[in-house]
Amino acid sequence: MSEKEKDELLNDHNHDGVNRRGFLKCMAWAGTGAFCVMKGGVLNSYSLSRISEISTPDMVGELSFVQISDSHMGFNKPANMDVAGTLKAAVDKINALSGVPEFMLHTGDISHLSKPEEFDTVDQILKSATPKNVFYVPGEHDVLNDDGKQFLERYGKGSKGAGWYSFEKKGVHFIGLVNVMNLKAGGLGTLGHDQLEWLEDDVKHLKHSTPIVVFAHIPLWSVYPEWGWGTDDSAQALAYLKKFGSVTVLNGHIHQTMQKVEGNVTFHTAASTAFPQPAPGKADSPGPMKVPAEQLKSVLGITDVNYIQGKHALAVVDSSLA
Amino acid sequence: MRRSVSIAGLAAALVLGTLGFGAGQKSYVASAQEKMSMMEVKIDNFTFGPTTLTVPVGTTVTWINKDDIPHTVVSTDDSKTFKSKVLDTDEKFSFTFSKAGTYPYFCSIHPKMTGKVIVQ
Repeated sequence: MSEKEKDELLNDHNHDGVNRRGFLKCMAWAGTGAFCVMKGGVLNSYSLSRISEISTPDMVGELSFVQISDSHMGFNKPANMDVAGTLKAAVDKINALSGVPEFMLHTGDISHLSKPEEFDTVDQILKSATPKNVFYVPGEHDVLNDDGKQFLERYGKGSKGAGWYSFEKKGVHFIGLVNVMNLKAGGLGTLGHDQLEWLEDDVKHLKHSTPIVVFAHIPLWSVYPEWGWGTDDSAQALAYLKKFGSVTVLNGHIHQTMQKVEGNVTFHTAASTAFPQPAPGKADSPGPMKVPAEQLKSVLGITDVNYIQGKHALAVVDSSLA
Repeated sequence: MRRSVSIAGLAAALVLGTLGFGAGQKSYVASAQEKMSMMEVKIDNFTFGPTTLTVPVGTTVTWINKDDIPHTVVSTDDSKTFKSKVLDTDEKFSFTFSKAGTYPYFCSIHPKMTGKVIVQ
């Protein structure tokens, strides 16, 4: 998308309510630095370059956190020979955000081969991030060889089953789900009966006005089933969340930013801090995508999320490492 | 002087030639045998190639990962006949099929990747 096109469309949307088509166009640019905020069902979009002009109360809320994903520590092929370096760059980006995020969510594939030293390296690098609390869910690369035992030992304190759990921050209910265990041949991600039962129970007594944030590795919507980019039993999980006025689903796994809004649910996938992957169907397979070295940082990124009490949806902003 | 050298040279060449020919013959036979008892499946681009492999009983099948992402080879039949550890690029896994049958398998990390070995 050319620079000129980006500016034109952003100008069209400023401070106006937009129709669904315009909203989806805005969402597609989230990865390049558009800031889209939904207020009472109406979309406002701002270019990140204009952010300093916009009044703070519009954008910063009572709760701010960051999502990172797919650090793949241990990967060392041409797509990125220095994943530790790009993770460090992501931490620098996080530390430069105005308004210190309270905590971080890591949506999985922390390691590349589930090796102890890979987990250790990520822990070490994240220690230098300003937000000290990190909440994790595993990716399929984190549960190799030992059915996820090591992941649970490191990051699963207080969790149930394969590592699912929930917690509350400033009135927002966070739910970490695991959809990378017991994968069936030819299948997609899967949550499983036990986890779904737990989820139903976990949200049963929450007020409908409680904002919900669900985070899991593999997308909980059908991004591209041919490449395994979906979860076969997520519809059941979403049914349990139907009563809530604001649901945000944060995923990783596909190494690119993508958004979808369906009723009261906003789905969002994060970029990787390690390497990008092709857009659905744009390559033979979903493997690491090589880009010219000088472009690598522009296709990796972090996601900043702000919750403003009383607003309909959380404000989700992606920034690249460039 | 030169004559003796050349005779010696000729003799040496003959001996070497014979040896070489014999060794060549051996390796030809061996590779024919190898071809019958060892088969390879190449893993690349999130695909097992060939996806369906038909082999005689007693064949050792070796999977080699040529992709830049790790994969596994896990059988999906009831008895879970074989299961590899995680294979990074250039790592291999071998299994000898001693019983006839159809052996479907998949990559447990990327479950959309499936394959089959038919043993006859």
